[in-house]
Amino acid sequence: MRTWIEKQKHLIDFTLASLMRRKAKNLGLLFIYTLLVFVLASAALYTHALRQEAQKALAGSPEIVLQRLIAGRHDLIPPGYIEKIGRIRGVQKIEGRLWGYYYDSVVKANYTFMAPRDMQIERGEIIVGPALERSRGLAAGNGISFRAYTGELFTFIVADVLPQSSELVSADLVLMNEEDFRAFFKIPPGYYNDIALSVANPQEVRNVAIKLLTALPDSRPILRDEVLRTYASIFDWREGIMLTLLAAAILAFGIFAWEKAAGLSAEEKREIGILKAIGWETGDVIKMKFWEGLLISLTAFLVGYLAAYLHVFYFSASLFEPVLKGWAVLYPRFTLPPHIDGLQVATLFFFTVVPYTAAVLTPIWRAATTDPDTVMRA
Amino acid sequence: MRVVFVRPANFALLLLAAALAAFLLSFADAARLRLARATASAAAAALVTQLKLTDPVLFTEARYTRHLSQADLQSAFQDHPVAFEHFPSGSLVIPPAGVIAPYENLDRKAKAPD
Repeated sequence: MRTWIEKQKHLIDFTLASLMRRKAKNLGLLFIYTLLVFVLASAALYTHALRQEAQKALAGSPEIVLQRLIAGRHDLIPPGYIEKIGRIRGVQKIEGRLWGYYYDSVVKANYTFMAPRDMQIERGEIIVGPALERSRGLAAGNGISFRAYTGELFTFIVADVLPQSSELVSADLVLMNEEDFRAFFKIPPGYYNDIALSVANPQEVRNVAIKLLTALPDSRPILRDEVLRTYASIFDWREGIMLTLLAAAILAFGIFAWEKAAGLSAEEKREIGILKAIGWETGDVIKMKFWEGLLISLTAFLVGYLAAYLHVFYFSASLFEPVLKGWAVLYPRFTLPPHIDGLQVATLFFFTVVPYTAAVLTPIWRAATTDPDTVMRA
Repeated sequence: MRVVFVRPANFALLLLAAALAAFLLSFADAARLRLARATASAAAAALVTQLKLTDPVLFTEARYTRHLSQADLQSAFQDHPVAFEHFPSGSLVIPPAGVIAPYENLDRKAKAPD
């Protein structure tokens, strides 16, 4: 065993010396390889953690949200709907929601205005999300004016700012009293934007939704399950920009591996020929190249993954911020709790270490089994 | 000053071992951070239940990107016919087929009123 270990160490010594003879090329290769792993691992870690966090946060969202559609477009829920819903068996709690969007031309940002039922807010006061605190410099006690779509100016006093720890769900919220909301958006009493329903038996949610469609054919029920699946699939690696990123990275790896597998350079062939001429066995040459592939790919994987971990969970994936922020002015600041998918990490390992190591070995076999004189003269 | 010669193989294996140890430690660190950040997660979940929220605040530049689960199917290019798509959010948030499909199933299962 000790002999075997010592032999491997000698092979590693020689491999490292060989790599250092082409220092610039091999360091460049290692750097690019590590960068590829870093980008892929960062994207995988970020999207998985965000998906898990969204699932946890939205687990308490309403079982059914009922919207009304007129000619396929959203419309207000009129008076009488809530009473019709109340006759459906299985519906435990019904609450009309008042919420909408407001475009603030001062900072060119969209806010979500809301009149919550389960929160006491005085008339003339608002509770704002943490992103508004940053963008408009608001704090408790400050005043702020919004111009309604009718042209009328409404002034509010900020009663409180929602906690920064809830920023993932509250960053752009402006919470106000129901009467203020109706006056601001000119929504008559008895009308709501949609209805939130809770169903006693979770197994009955779909049946209740079907009954709602029957009772109210112009409605559109949205189930909590669909909300959760929306955010489970949003950063799915099979769709959208994630697929583009993955495809580009796989193509880059493919080019790496093809470049290695396509053949050896004249210098590498001469090196193998010399080794065979001085007595190296074919197996030793292959083991040396195996160590070369493994050292480079394993180092790239470990360093790339660790850098990605620090980037996502200690630096809040700041390199992705321009992509995720897009044209938005308001962007929530949150640090994700790490949720690591072992299968993703294993897949990343398999697709980074194994193909490159195999690609390094592929051209070696032919050179290692050919007559040294022929190899050196080629 | 004495120069200590470190055998290249030992140095490389030591570095790899350190990297591997750090890799394994990252899983333990992940568990530690999850515990440390659990309070923030709980605060967000509590607010969702209290205010009956349906979507996290990820993309605030347009209605259909802000509330993905609530947007109607015609929200893109909402403001006028030649309005630009909100890139890159629009690329990130294309409605997945799996979300639209259940809505269609429910619609067809409901009987038409007399």
